[in-house]
Amino acid sequence: MACSVDSTLDICQAEQDSECSMEDENDTSSCMDNDFETVEMDFVGHLIKHNWVDEPAEKITLTRKRWSAATQRVLSSMPSRSVEWTGVAAHSSPRVQSQASSNRDIDKDRVPQRKHLLATLQARSVAECARMLRSLPLSLKKKREVRAQFSCERGRQETSTKDSTRSHFPSWLGKRLSGAQQGVQSLLNSVQLWHEALKQVSGRFGTGVLSYFLFLRTLLLYNFILSMITIPFLVLPQVTRPSHGSSNKISFTGLEILTGTGVLTNSLMFYGYYNYTDGWRPGKTEAYIKGTYNIRLAYILTIGIGLFVTCIMLIYSVFKTLGTSSPMSVSHGNLALKVFSSWDFKISKKVYVQQLSENICTHLKVMLCELHSGIPKRRLMTRLIWLVLHCTAWAICLTCIFCCVLGIYRFSHDRKQFSMNLISEGDTHWLILPLLVCGVNHLIPCVFNMLAWMESYDSFNLRIYIAIIRNLFLKVSMLGVLCYHWLDSIAAGKYGTNNECWETFVGQELYRFLLMDFLFSVLDTIFGNFLWSVFTRKILRRKRKPVFDIALNVLELIYGQTLAWLGILFSPLLPTLQIVKLFLLFYLKRASLMMNYQGPLKPWRATQMTTIFISILCFPSFLGATACITYTMWRLKPSATCGPFRTLSSMFLAGKEWRKSLEISNPGLAWVSWIYMLLGNHIFLFIVAGIFLLVIYIHIQVGDGQRRVTTLLQKQIENEVEDKKFLISKLQTLHEQHE
Amino acid sequence: MGNKQTIFTDEQLDAYQDCTFFTRKEILRLHGRFHELAPHLVPMDYTDDPDVKIPLALIVNMPELKENPFRNRIVESFSEDGLGNLSFNDFVDMFSVLSEMAPRELKAIYAFKIYDFNVDNYLCKEDLEKTLNKLTKEELTPEEVNLVCEKAIEEADLDGDSKLSFADFENMISRAPDFLSTFHIRI
Repeated sequence: MACSVDSTLDICQAEQDSECSMEDENDTSSCMDNDFETVEMDFVGHLIKHNWVDEPAEKITLTRKRWSAATQRVLSSMPSRSVEWTGVAAHSSPRVQSQASSNRDIDKDRVPQRKHLLATLQARSVAECARMLRSLPLSLKKKREVRAQFSCERGRQETSTKDSTRSHFPSWLGKRLSGAQQGVQSLLNSVQLWHEALKQVSGRFGTGVLSYFLFLRTLLLYNFILSMITIPFLVLPQVTRPSHGSSNKISFTGLEILTGTGVLTNSLMFYGYYNYTDGWRPGKTEAYIKGTYNIRLAYILTIGIGLFVTCIMLIYSVFKTLGTSSPMSVSHGNLALKVFSSWDFKISKKVYVQQLSENICTHLKVMLCELHSGIPKRRLMTRLIWLVLHCTAWAICLTCIFCCVLGIYRFSHDRKQFSMNLISEGDTHWLILPLLVCGVNHLIPCVFNMLAWMESYDSFNLRIYIAIIRNLFLKVSMLGVLCYHWLDSIAAGKYGTNNECWETFVGQELYRFLLMDFLFSVLDTIFGNFLWSVFTRKILRRKRKPVFDIALNVLELIYGQTLAWLGILFSPLLPTLQIVKLFLLFYLKRASLMMNYQGPLKPWRATQMTTIFISILCFPSFLGATACITYTMWRLKPSATCGPFRTLSSMFLAGKEWRKSLEISNPGLAWVSWIYMLLGNHIFLFIVAGIFLLVIYIHIQVGDGQRRVTTLLQKQIENEVEDKKFLISKLQTLHEQHE
Repeated sequence: MGNKQTIFTDEQLDAYQDCTFFTRKEILRLHGRFHELAPHLVPMDYTDDPDVKIPLALIVNMPELKENPFRNRIVESFSEDGLGNLSFNDFVDMFSVLSEMAPRELKAIYAFKIYDFNVDNYLCKEDLEKTLNKLTKEELTPEEVNLVCEKAIEEADLDGDSKLSFADFENMISRAPDFLSTFHIRI
C-alpha cells in the first residue's frame, strides 16, 4: 500500500504539471473561483471490469484542481449536496464564526424544522416524546424551548377537545405512569453503590478493569433480589416458630463458622432446621390446618420464583449486551477506528493518560509496519511446529484437568470410608476436600498461563479466548464431578454413608466450598499478588507492574455464584452469605488493584467480553445449577428425619398434596390446581420448551439475516461511490473533449 | 419529595429530566459541581435562569477533563459561542451526551464535532493530524503521522473527496464495538 501512496504523489505531480499547461491553453474554460475540490479517482475497478483499459493492478490516482462550470453545476444539484442534512453546501467556504449564528446552529441542519418537530412530538406518547427529545442534537436551551412550546400546545389541545373527560383519562394515566417510572428509575440510580470508587478505578485503569467491578456489582444485585424473595417467605416464618430441635447443648467453638457443623447444623442456615410439624395434621387426610403456614409450599415456591426471576434478569442482560455490541467484524478500517475510538475518555490520572498515549502510539507503529510489510506468510515448517506445539499444550491441559477430576473423585469416595473411622476426631477433616478443590482451581490456571506463554500466540484476543475456554472447562468438570458425588452418592446413601440428613450435609459442603473459595481469594490477593508484583519488579526487573487478569477474576466470580445457586435449595441463607462475600471482595480487589497492578496493555474489548461473561453466567452456570436443583426436587428422595419434606418421596409431591387439600377445602380455587396439574404434565413442559427454543431460533435467524443485509448494503454503498466517481470523471472528460 | 431545595423550581427540574439523561438528583449534583468551579460567578439560585457563563480555562481544570487531550475541543463543541464559555445548560448538555445512556447516534454527532478542529463540518487531513498528535502526544514522526492520516482517510472516505464527512464518520464508527464505552465520562 505504501508504494501506491508514493506513486500517487508522483503521478499527482505529473498531472498537475500537465494540467497547468492545459489550463494555460484553454483560457475559455471558466473554472469557478471557488473552493478547490480534490477528488481521488480510482479507475481500476470499473475500467478493468469492463475491459476498457488494460491497466496494471497498481492503483492510479489523479487529483483535479478545478472542475468546469457544467460539472460544478451538476455536483451542486446532487441530492446529497443540496438537502438540509449535510449542513454545508459544497461551494461555500470554510465556516467562519459569525456573530449572529451560534456554534450549535450547525445542528439545525440535522434536525427537522421546528413545526415538523412539534407535529411529530404531538403524535407520540409522553415517554416517547421524552426519549425523542433527549436524542435530538440540539442545545439544551433549544430543547427546553421546544418542550415548553410542546407542552403548551398539548395543554391547549387537551382543553379544547369536546369530550374532554374521556380523552383526559388516558393522558392523565400516561403522565402518572411515566412519573412513576421516572420515580423508580431515579430510585435505582440513587442507590448508586460504589459510584465514586468505580469512577476512581475507571480513571486509573480504563474500561476493561471497570467491567470486572461492574460485573461484581451485577452479581450483588442478583443475590440481593434472591435473598429478598427467600428471607421474608422462608426464613422469617421459621424464625417465629422455632423447631423442636436437638436438646443436647453443643458448645460453640470458632471452627464451626468454617465447617458449618456443630451448632450451625440445626440452625436456620441449613435445610434440616425447617420443619413442617406445626399445623400438620397427620392421619388419613394429611393436610395442613387452615390458617397455618404451609412451609413445604413456601419452600418450593420461593425457590422456584427466585430462580425464575433470576433467569428473567439474566436473559434480559444477555439481550441488552448483545444489542449494544456491534456485530460487524472489523475486517478493514482498522487504522481509522484506532484513531477515532481508541481513546478512553474515562481515564483521568496523568500517569495513566501517559501510558495510554504510549500504548496507542506503539499500536499505530505496529499497524504501520504491518501495512508496509504485510503479515508474513508462514512457511510450512513453522506452521507444523506451531501446530505440534498447540496440540501438545492442549494435551497437557486436558491431562491435567482429567487427573485433577479423577483425584477429586477418588478422594471424595475415600473420604467417606475415611470419615466413618475418624468421626470422633472432630470436624476439621471435612475441610480437606474444599481445600483440595480450591487449590486446584487456583494453581492449575497458573499452569495454563505458563503454557500460553510458551505457545506465544500472535493475537491477543485469541489468547484470552483460549484461556477462558481452558479455565471454564476446568471449573465445569470440577463442579460436575462434585455434583455427581453429592447428588448420586450422598443422597442415595451409597458407599456406606448413612447421613441422617443428607440435604443438610450437602448444604454444609456447599457452605464450606463457598467459604474456602473466599479465603483462597483473600490469601491469593494479599500474598500471591503482592509477592508476584514484588517478584516481577525486584527479581525480573520489569519496569511495569503486572497486568490485572480480568478474565480469570471474572471466571472466579462466576464459579462462586454457581456454588451459591446450587446451594440455595439446601441452605436458604447462602445468597445472603454470597452478598457479604462479594461486598468484602470488592474492597479487597480494589485495594490490591491500586497497590499492585496496572491496566491491560492491549485494548480490551469491554463490550464483547461483557457479553461473553454474561452468557457464561447464564448458560453453563445458571442453567447447570437449575438443572441440578430440578433433578434434586424431582428425583431424589428427601431424607426421612429432617426437613419440611420428610414424609414424601419427592419434593414436588408437596405441590400435589397441596392441590388435593385445596380441592377439599376451597373448591372455588379449582383453577389453581388445574394450572398446577398442567405445569406438572410432561407433555405440556415439552411443548413450552419447544416453543421457547423455536422463538430463540427465530431470533437468531432474524439477527443473522439482518447482519447479512447490513453487509450487502455496505457493499452497495461502496459500489455506488465508485459509480459516482466514475460518472463525475466521465462528465468532466466529455466536457473537456467538447471544449 | 425529600428535602425542599431552592436552586431550581420543580418545573425546571422536570424540564431537565425530560431533555437530558440525568435524574433530578444528578442535576442538583451537577449544579453543585458547576458552582464549585466558579463560586463567585455562579449563583445558588437558578430559579430565574440567570445567564452565567464560566470561561474555558476554569472548566478544563475539572478533574474529569484535566488530563483529556481533547478537553478544549470538547468544551468548545458544547459552548454556544464556540469559544468554550459554558452556561449551566451547556454544562449539563455536555455531560448528558457523554453519559452512558446517550445513544450511539447522538454520541457520533458530537464526536464528529470534537474531532473537527477547524469547524468546517468535515474531517480533513489537518484535523486528523491534530487528533493524532494529541492522541500520541507527538511521539510519532511527521512521516508516520502523514501515512496514518492518509491511510485512515482512504479507509473511511466513501464519497471520494479525501476528507471525511459526517456520513463517512458515522459509517466508520458504527463498526467500532467499543465506541459507546470509551466515549463516556463519569461525573
